[in-house]
Amino acid sequence: MANQDQDILLEVKGLKTYFFLDEGTVKAVDGVDFEIRRQQTLCIVGESGCGKSVTARSILQIVDPPGRIVEGEILYHRRNGNTTEVLNLAAMDPRGQEIRAVRGKEISMIFQEPMTSLSPVHTIGNQIMEAILLHMPVSKNEARDTAIDMLRRVGIPKPESRINDYPFQLSGGMRQRAMIAMALVCRPSLLIADEPTTALDVTTQAQILDLMLELQEEMGMAIMLITHDLGVVAEMADDVVVMYLGHAVERGDVDSIFHDPKHPYTRALLRSIPKVGLKARERLDSIRGMVPDPYHRPAGCPFHTRCDEAIPGVCDRIVPPRIPLGDGREVRCLLYTEEYAGER
Amino acid sequence: MTEARPLTPGIAVEEPAQETEINLYIASQWQLMWWRFRRHKLALIGGTVTLIIYLIALFVEFLAPTDPNAYSVRYTYAPPQRLHFIDRTDKGIRIHPYVYGYKVKVDKVALRRTFVIDKTKKYPVRFFVKGTPYKLWGLIEMKTHLIGPVDPEAPMYLLGADRMGRDMLSRMIYGTRVSMSIGLVGVALSLILGILLGGISGYYGGSIDTLIQRIIEFLRSIPTIPLWLGLGAALPPNWPPLRVYFGITVILSLIGWTGLARVVRGRFLSLREEDFVLAARLDGSSELRIILRHMVPSFLSHIIASITLSIPSMILSETALSFLGLGLRPPVVSWGVLLQEAQNVRSVATAPWLLIPGIAVVVAVLALNFLGDGLRDAADPYA
Amino acid sequence: MADDLITRDEEVLLEVRDLKMHFPIRRGLLRRVIGYVKAVDGVNLFIRKGETLGLVGESGCGKTTTGRCILRAYDPTGGQILYRQKDGQIVDLSQLDGKALKPYRREIRMIFQDPYSSLNPRMTLLDIVGEPLRVNKIASGKELEDRVAALLRRVGLRPEYMRRYPHAFSGGERQRIGIARALALDPRLVVADEAVSALDVSVRAQILNLLQDLQQEFDLTYLFIAHDLSVVEYISDRVAVMYVGKLVELADTEELYINPKHPYTEALLSAVPKPDPRLRTRKHRIVLQGEVADPAHPPSGCYFHPRCPYARERCAKEEPQLRDIGGGHYVACHYAEELSLRGVIGEGIVAQ
Repeated sequence: MANQDQDILLEVKGLKTYFFLDEGTVKAVDGVDFEIRRQQTLCIVGESGCGKSVTARSILQIVDPPGRIVEGEILYHRRNGNTTEVLNLAAMDPRGQEIRAVRGKEISMIFQEPMTSLSPVHTIGNQIMEAILLHMPVSKNEARDTAIDMLRRVGIPKPESRINDYPFQLSGGMRQRAMIAMALVCRPSLLIADEPTTALDVTTQAQILDLMLELQEEMGMAIMLITHDLGVVAEMADDVVVMYLGHAVERGDVDSIFHDPKHPYTRALLRSIPKVGLKARERLDSIRGMVPDPYHRPAGCPFHTRCDEAIPGVCDRIVPPRIPLGDGREVRCLLYTEEYAGER
Repeated sequence: MTEARPLTPGIAVEEPAQETEINLYIASQWQLMWWRFRRHKLALIGGTVTLIIYLIALFVEFLAPTDPNAYSVRYTYAPPQRLHFIDRTDKGIRIHPYVYGYKVKVDKVALRRTFVIDKTKKYPVRFFVKGTPYKLWGLIEMKTHLIGPVDPEAPMYLLGADRMGRDMLSRMIYGTRVSMSIGLVGVALSLILGILLGGISGYYGGSIDTLIQRIIEFLRSIPTIPLWLGLGAALPPNWPPLRVYFGITVILSLIGWTGLARVVRGRFLSLREEDFVLAARLDGSSELRIILRHMVPSFLSHIIASITLSIPSMILSETALSFLGLGLRPPVVSWGVLLQEAQNVRSVATAPWLLIPGIAVVVAVLALNFLGDGLRDAADPYA
Repeated sequence: MADDLITRDEEVLLEVRDLKMHFPIRRGLLRRVIGYVKAVDGVNLFIRKGETLGLVGESGCGKTTTGRCILRAYDPTGGQILYRQKDGQIVDLSQLDGKALKPYRREIRMIFQDPYSSLNPRMTLLDIVGEPLRVNKIASGKELEDRVAALLRRVGLRPEYMRRYPHAFSGGERQRIGIARALALDPRLVVADEAVSALDVSVRAQILNLLQDLQQEFDLTYLFIAHDLSVVEYISDRVAVMYVGKLVELADTEELYINPKHPYTEALLSAVPKPDPRLRTRKHRIVLQGEVADPAHPPSGCYFHPRCPYARERCAKEEPQLRDIGGGHYVACHYAEELSLRGVIGEGIVAQ
């Protein structure tokens, strides 16, 4: 990665987001590091409860209480002409002016269920215009034109009349398009998409994924895509972060993650998915056991309870450090330390 | 099904989980509800107060120092006395409970008789004293009262006396029984109507549902106070007190059941669509078994919560009706009947202690509301 | 489809013929019927003993309704559900009700999608898994406990968990409980409705493996309803594809995936994201235009024609019938023989 500094849009360093509940502290995100490059797509992949959504929400400081960021930096590289200004989003007040200027304008987010971010009592046109008027000095009529234009670009037919529709009048796919239109209308430099296609059917999913790629080419924003579907990752990602129980266990470019996975979890995950075209009736390699519940995180490496390569007495004791493997790859597994490499 | 029975023998537990965890795993819904309820401090207090009030209602004859209808012309509007414990006599300090007597003083200007405490007269008071005989719950003949003057003729008015020189404390304690039970009986009646009609409405749906819903809407659209007034006035004045009492509960529950019916119907409608109910049907269970074993346990807790929340409105309704003179009538003693005494300003000005039953109403209603809120929050431990 | 396949072929366990399930749409104060949602509109399919038939389609296509009609959770509005009993007798389940259905409720069982809502949170595992045994008066008391213990052990749960409530278990474990309940009555046919869709990837593989093991051990027949084509391909012997209440294609799994004959199947296969970045299909992907038709107001002719890239005039007028084009490959398309459609072969390599 040449010219690294110019390239980087967002750096997350040692992020820890905990939820302080009556039953105990849930370490939803417990030390996550990654960076997002401009105009590239980063996929965060993991199973439910691995902390991928909380990571995304931490970036925009919209973690629901009793959760909060307890440690780490989220460095956003804002470009002003030729100079780059670095802002630490993690240090901002969640309700303050600074973060609100970033939210929706420079970094925007779309969700799995569009109804969570679309208000049912306002027309989609009004909601998109609201987003424009909030961040840009334009007149109401200009905002309306921009909104119609944006709806057309996300592939909503007859946007001039659709702009007056309420969200419930749209189908699931159309709603998702409207939400993307709202998220992109201020031309953000980063779009965070939290499982945007999970609730959709495959053919609609294909439409939405295509649309996101098209808009990325056109508008040049970076995408941070959160998903559990390895197929979607393979289709969309430039870089991948694999998460497990709040740890980023592995990261790297998409080809090396799929073809040369290092972490035992990544490898097991890839083996456990049935692939279209695979000779039928082969037994799948499954990962034994269940994802531990968040109140009872295992000590040491969080994956050791289910890992076939775990070293007894070591993996259940030592939290694995981040081990750089070159080319921007990184793995958190003791098997890649000099000390335990022999066990591999 | 919650008690820990021995596990199937012959199978060794591989990794014994922590005991608290296992407790959580085998906890039934009632245990989970209790654990959740326990965290709700206000509801705990409300529950305790409610329990105390109902205990009072249960043992009125024992708790009340005298008969609520025993009157004494000598002590009309006697003010409350204080209970004293430390007795300084010539022979030194003796510790025993006693009250001072009254002395009548005539106000020369207003020509009004007023009572002042007469420190020269001491009437010893004793706990578990033998006093007026009574039948506990109409069964057990007893004479023992929790507290009372040693000499039955001695005046003891800890909360003052009313227009006829009756002991307010005894009357309030007796009123507790009527006022608190009218809520329970009324709710029980609404419960039967509500579960029956709400259940039919929710389970069968269709046109029966529509009909019942319209009836509920009609009943709810009638302004309650005029309806009560009308129905209360319609009760024949020559009815014996007991029959009036039941008449009032019927009137109150006539409106009360609608809210409960809605709760039951809503739960039925949503449960009917649950996968586990379909699973029970596919298991081959009969309709009755599906309702009783799979559906009712799922909303029993909700019903208990809404019952608790509807008792206070019953109590308030009774109080309001009796206060207006359309509900219970003397010689029946309820908080509402007692408050009737405090209707005119003059008697309130001269004897403000007549308002004390109002405090009892407020305390009881608040306690039940807090308890109900806590129960409602705990009602669905799986949410 | 040929007449009464089930009477001719001993190996057929269940044949569904022209199954229809139309739900009335009611409006107004008098709840007058103003139309019908044709959730299932003339489905024909058959399942052989011991096989797994995959039923795929997008949400709202009627696959779940079809499954529930077979289970007789719904009363179908038309058609036949022919079922071969153990003694070889054939019975039409669509004509039975109430008590007459009870013996078949034991033989045809269901696994639910949602591992949370399908287990009553107020009952212990013993009660949940033991309920079918209890209701059908098969076992009680100690014997019931022993049988539940054996069932739990068989699906990979520790028998001493039987006093626990469902809230003590994770999604995958709950799904195992649901499977144990389905197995409790020694069923012959199991309808698995999206049985692994709600599970995480790593747990999904465990459940799929378990289902396969149980099929071999107990000689089960599965109707496996799912929207995930890769899962269906993995577990099914044959696959049926549904679109707006109708079956559009039915064939052996390999045949269907390599050599689809219906344009909708082709589009569906091409839309599946392949978990291999080298095979990014964006350039070859067929992205369907428009939306799935509304089953209350389906289009004329072939329901798929408004979205079909190969649609011709005839498609808008004439409804295609499901027909055998050879080798047990059934398809409902006028031009099935003429079109050359792309499937998937090998590890998701797109065939030309």
